[in-house]
Amino acid sequence: MATDKEINIEDLLIDQSKFDFKSQVKYAYKTIPGLNKQIVEAISEQKQEPKWMRELRLKSLEIFETWRDPRFGVDISDLDVSKIVAYIKPDAKKATSWEEVPQEIKETFDKLGIPEAEKKALAGVGAQYDSEIVYQNIKKEMEKLGVIFLDMESAVREYPDLVKEFFMKAIPPTDHKYAAFHGAVWSGGTFLYVPKGVKVPLPLQAYFRMNNPGMGQMEHTIIIADEGSEVVFIEGCSAPLYEATNLHAGAVEIYVKKGARVKYATIQNWSKNTYNLNTKRALVDEDGIMEWVSGSMGSQKSMIYPASILRGKGAKTETIAVTYAGPNQHMDTGSKVFMLAPYTSAIVDARSISIGGGWAFYRGWLRVGEKAKGAKASVSCQALMLDNFSKSDTVPIIEVYTDDADIGHEARIGRIREEQIYYLMSRGLKESEAKALIVRGFVEPFAKELPLEYAIELNRLINLEIESSIG
Amino acid sequence: MTALLEIRDLRAEVVEEGVEILKGVNLTINKGEIHALMGPNGSGKSTLAHVIMGNTKYRVTSGDILFEGQSILNLSTDERARLGLFLSFQTPEEIEGIKMRQFLINSYRNIHPEDQRTLLDLNKLMTELTKKLDLNQDFLERYINTGFSGGEKKKSEILQMGFLKPRLCILDEIDSGLDIDALRIVSESINNFKNDEMGILLITHYQRILNYVVPDYVHVYIDGRIVITGEKELAEKIEKIGYSTIEKELGLKINEE
Repeated sequence: MATDKEINIEDLLIDQSKFDFKSQVKYAYKTIPGLNKQIVEAISEQKQEPKWMRELRLKSLEIFETWRDPRFGVDISDLDVSKIVAYIKPDAKKATSWEEVPQEIKETFDKLGIPEAEKKALAGVGAQYDSEIVYQNIKKEMEKLGVIFLDMESAVREYPDLVKEFFMKAIPPTDHKYAAFHGAVWSGGTFLYVPKGVKVPLPLQAYFRMNNPGMGQMEHTIIIADEGSEVVFIEGCSAPLYEATNLHAGAVEIYVKKGARVKYATIQNWSKNTYNLNTKRALVDEDGIMEWVSGSMGSQKSMIYPASILRGKGAKTETIAVTYAGPNQHMDTGSKVFMLAPYTSAIVDARSISIGGGWAFYRGWLRVGEKAKGAKASVSCQALMLDNFSKSDTVPIIEVYTDDADIGHEARIGRIREEQIYYLMSRGLKESEAKALIVRGFVEPFAKELPLEYAIELNRLINLEIESSIG
Repeated sequence: MTALLEIRDLRAEVVEEGVEILKGVNLTINKGEIHALMGPNGSGKSTLAHVIMGNTKYRVTSGDILFEGQSILNLSTDERARLGLFLSFQTPEEIEGIKMRQFLINSYRNIHPEDQRTLLDLNKLMTELTKKLDLNQDFLERYINTGFSGGEKKKSEILQMGFLKPRLCILDEIDSGLDIDALRIVSESINNFKNDEMGILLITHYQRILNYVVPDYVHVYIDGRIVITGEKELAEKIEKIGYSTIEKELGLKINEE
């Protein structure tokens, strides 16, 4: 993580075109829209998968077809899965150097600053374009230490036993309807294994780009941090804006072994035609630490609740989440923590901003089980509304099944204070700048957990969104 | 010579309740002058400051405010700040998550877009100012006014005055809540930052600060207007006899809220 968090405002030039550009790229294979057995088999065939994976897909499909939609969260009645193209394979072989990546695709990632960031501050990068990883590389030193960093398809081929042991074990297809959907048509994503005691000095990054209209991106990420290891993983995502609905239904499964530490940071910036129905879950063993840094900025509708299952004694988790709901956005986000062992601890700091009629809904679930003697948890959710027609809700559910636990909770919902805006304006800041500055201050606890480049990116997004919402 | 600030028969009310607070204020401040505005609690001194700064909580119903001969009534608060108006707040707002350093740079660049000095130069300048004001080393790394003591907040305002180089400074009770050492430092800084191009309107209850920042004029402000204007001696007189005696002498009624 960058140590100098000073952000020079003069660097924060607004560039609207940064994410919203479309590329003409050939694809090698693409399924017809919708979801059925033939489509699922075709994807499995394309990937030349082992039997167990094919069966997992078909079982998932069955579950998807028979289950109902979740009865909470965003309205997904507009989401017509029969129109979603589940699999688009770009015409590109997986490369380990950017020179081998087809020109148009490389240009996309250049514009997003990925190769540049890799050179400067990352230990490795995976880049997914539509349904497949097109670039995956890790520094040689990391490889020598035994770190495995692969696209999921290669991992299924090269480490079948390891993958089988962990694939959809934290998030089974029976978890919810869109976990089943994911199980049936998943494609791409990262497999990361960090061996015992290895501390990866720089973050690893995965970037997901959806380029085609009406498609679904369903990448699957597995991180296994073996005993005493440490790793920081950053995930970014974006897409150009289309009329057609896009769907993102990824899954992230993290296994934090005894005494290991994982930090998973996300800046989600899907275009406003995207449904983001994503599932993230970590199983944390004795004395392990799981940190979620979760920024939900984009998408039309989101349901995302990073979860930590603290199953080992002394396991810890910390969630810092920021949700941004702008015009026409409904963001149902939150956090889930299950404390199932003694002396576990959890901190949740969730903040949301709603502006221009956006709706930010915080949904949290903290469960302190019978065995969680001496557990400590604090949950804080804060919502900031920037005008009178934006909405904010918080539903923090806390269940405690032991007498011996120290649980704290606070919630704050409020509008941006006129006095603060006036104070800043009296120092020469325009109204929109004043609001943006207050919002940036509000999300600071989150921003400072990000690498500097991402923090700058976040600020740029906030400026851009506030400027366009105020008009 | 055009006055720096000219307030002509200014009347203003609170937008929400429609209650008139300024009831015909006349005041002229020239470059290089220090004006003290004294008056009892609740007389509307702060309201005058905020109306000059363009706070939208208040509505001007008649009269005018001219800055260098031009009416500023139609300008927003930030536009007034960019013209060179500055108000030090009685209770400055706390804004979490944004460091003083970042805030100051941001303001400076807005107010002085023509200044080519580098970030490094401006950073140096800020550090010097914190030393002058006897502020802790970490002052610039703290969030805007957040968790500051009363004294630190006042010093923060004066540091902003020194850094942003305004041309008209309205200092609203900059002396309240300061111990004697802090009062001396704040006053010395005001004197330091003042120059021949700058005008100052010093709003205060007490004569104490005027021993350090010597005014050219003293105005007594009661119930929404200036009732008497004099020189430094007037402040000393008020300290001795109190506002109510002045009111009796002038045959006025004081709002005792």
